[in-house]
Amino acid sequence: MIVINGLYKNFGRLEVLKDINCKVNEQEVVVVIGPSGSGKSTMLRCINKLEDATKGQIVVDGIPLNSEANINAIRREVGMVFQRFNLFPHMTALQNISLAPMKVRKMDRAAAEKIARELLAKVGLSDKAGVYPEQLSGGQQQRVAIARALAMRPKIMLFDEPTSALDPEMVGEVLAVMKDLAREGMTMVVVTHEMGFAREVGDRVIFMDEGRIVEAGTPEQIFANPHNPRLKAFLSKIL
Amino acid sequence: MDFLAVMLKYLPVLLMGAVITVEVTVASVFLGSIIGLFAGLARLSKNKLLYYPATAYVEFFRGTPLLVQIMILYFGIPQLAQSLLDISITMNPLGASIVACSINSGAYIAEIFRAGVQSIERGQMEAARSLGMSHFQAMRYIILPQAYKRVVPPLGNEFIAMLKDTSLLSVIGFEELMRRGQLIVAQTYQTFPVYLTAALLYLIMTFGISRWVAYMERRLKTGDSH
Repeated sequence: MIVINGLYKNFGRLEVLKDINCKVNEQEVVVVIGPSGSGKSTMLRCINKLEDATKGQIVVDGIPLNSEANINAIRREVGMVFQRFNLFPHMTALQNISLAPMKVRKMDRAAAEKIARELLAKVGLSDKAGVYPEQLSGGQQQRVAIARALAMRPKIMLFDEPTSALDPEMVGEVLAVMKDLAREGMTMVVVTHEMGFAREVGDRVIFMDEGRIVEAGTPEQIFANPHNPRLKAFLSKIL
Repeated sequence: MDFLAVMLKYLPVLLMGAVITVEVTVASVFLGSIIGLFAGLARLSKNKLLYYPATAYVEFFRGTPLLVQIMILYFGIPQLAQSLLDISITMNPLGASIVACSINSGAYIAEIFRAGVQSIERGQMEAARSLGMSHFQAMRYIILPQAYKRVVPPLGNEFIAMLKDTSLLSVIGFEELMRRGQLIVAQTYQTFPVYLTAALLYLIMTFGISRWVAYMERRLKTGDSH
């Protein structure tokens, strides 16, 4: 589904990603962990070109990420959920979700709103259709943001620390929605500090440090039997 | 002669001037907003062919006095046309006034729009683009509707500033409020009551605008808080 080959990314003179190679298969849930500043989010943002790679190749669903037309094609197939939700504050929950299907997929309003209502039900917010983001709690906003991304019927979902900006009591409701998605067979790449989620839902866990993929494997391998000393140090600090 | 009697006597003539002041101001801010929207977006563009001309435009018209701009347009351009192309043009005071004020106002409004767009969180554009929207669609549906609300207060300031600045048009003999006052003074030497009446009329107009802007701000807030 996603193939990353020799990806480098520099911000000015700072090397954020160094020779990233990885592959995500269809229906696979890949969880990316690592200390802050390790390049996890940057790698994720390179996949839908919110960041321009300095060097290297990314192929998503068979489409190479090179021309402007390809980028828009890929973005239609790749949903993204942000740490800070980034809901559109001037639109209701329903409008947030139905806008892209109408403007990008050229769906008529009735069809787009039908999808939006189904997705709101799916994330447990049927009664919030007409509500503006600021009237929702953080957890509710993030669930609307997930529904908004799903409305484009993406083949892949990217999650960029989706629970990091949430109050602790709201983390569970967002993770529950993500678990449902994983169970339905969605291909997912999740950057997170939620190790419980990584262990329970992840098919594969990637550990990044200082811009490199240091170790990758099944959750059992990573959590029960880590090899790399930096991974061991990281795990001892957070577990 | 009693000041109040003078004020009342010339009030109708000055009022007609005030109407013209309002007309020129509304036309200039309206046209200036169109110019400003495009110039402001051009100032945000990565395309150097858009960025540099727009920046030069903003810098020139913000960096030189409106009075000088009016003089160049009304007196200078006809001489230039005469000497360069050997054609004689006569400027129409109303047309020249609206052109000068629109172009001047456009430079300020460009900066207002640019700042308004830049004040919208980067994540908004990223979220829109990640959903597959084009840059244009993201601007049209996500960024500009939010920026527009933040732009109302500074646009109100620009409106008030422009209304007062139209008094400079008196130098080319355009008969707006200030010019009418000057003409009456030239005949009657009643400087104080006439200019005081003009000042009060300006004050009433600017106060009306500021109340209207405050009302718009409140109305935009009730939709949602952003």
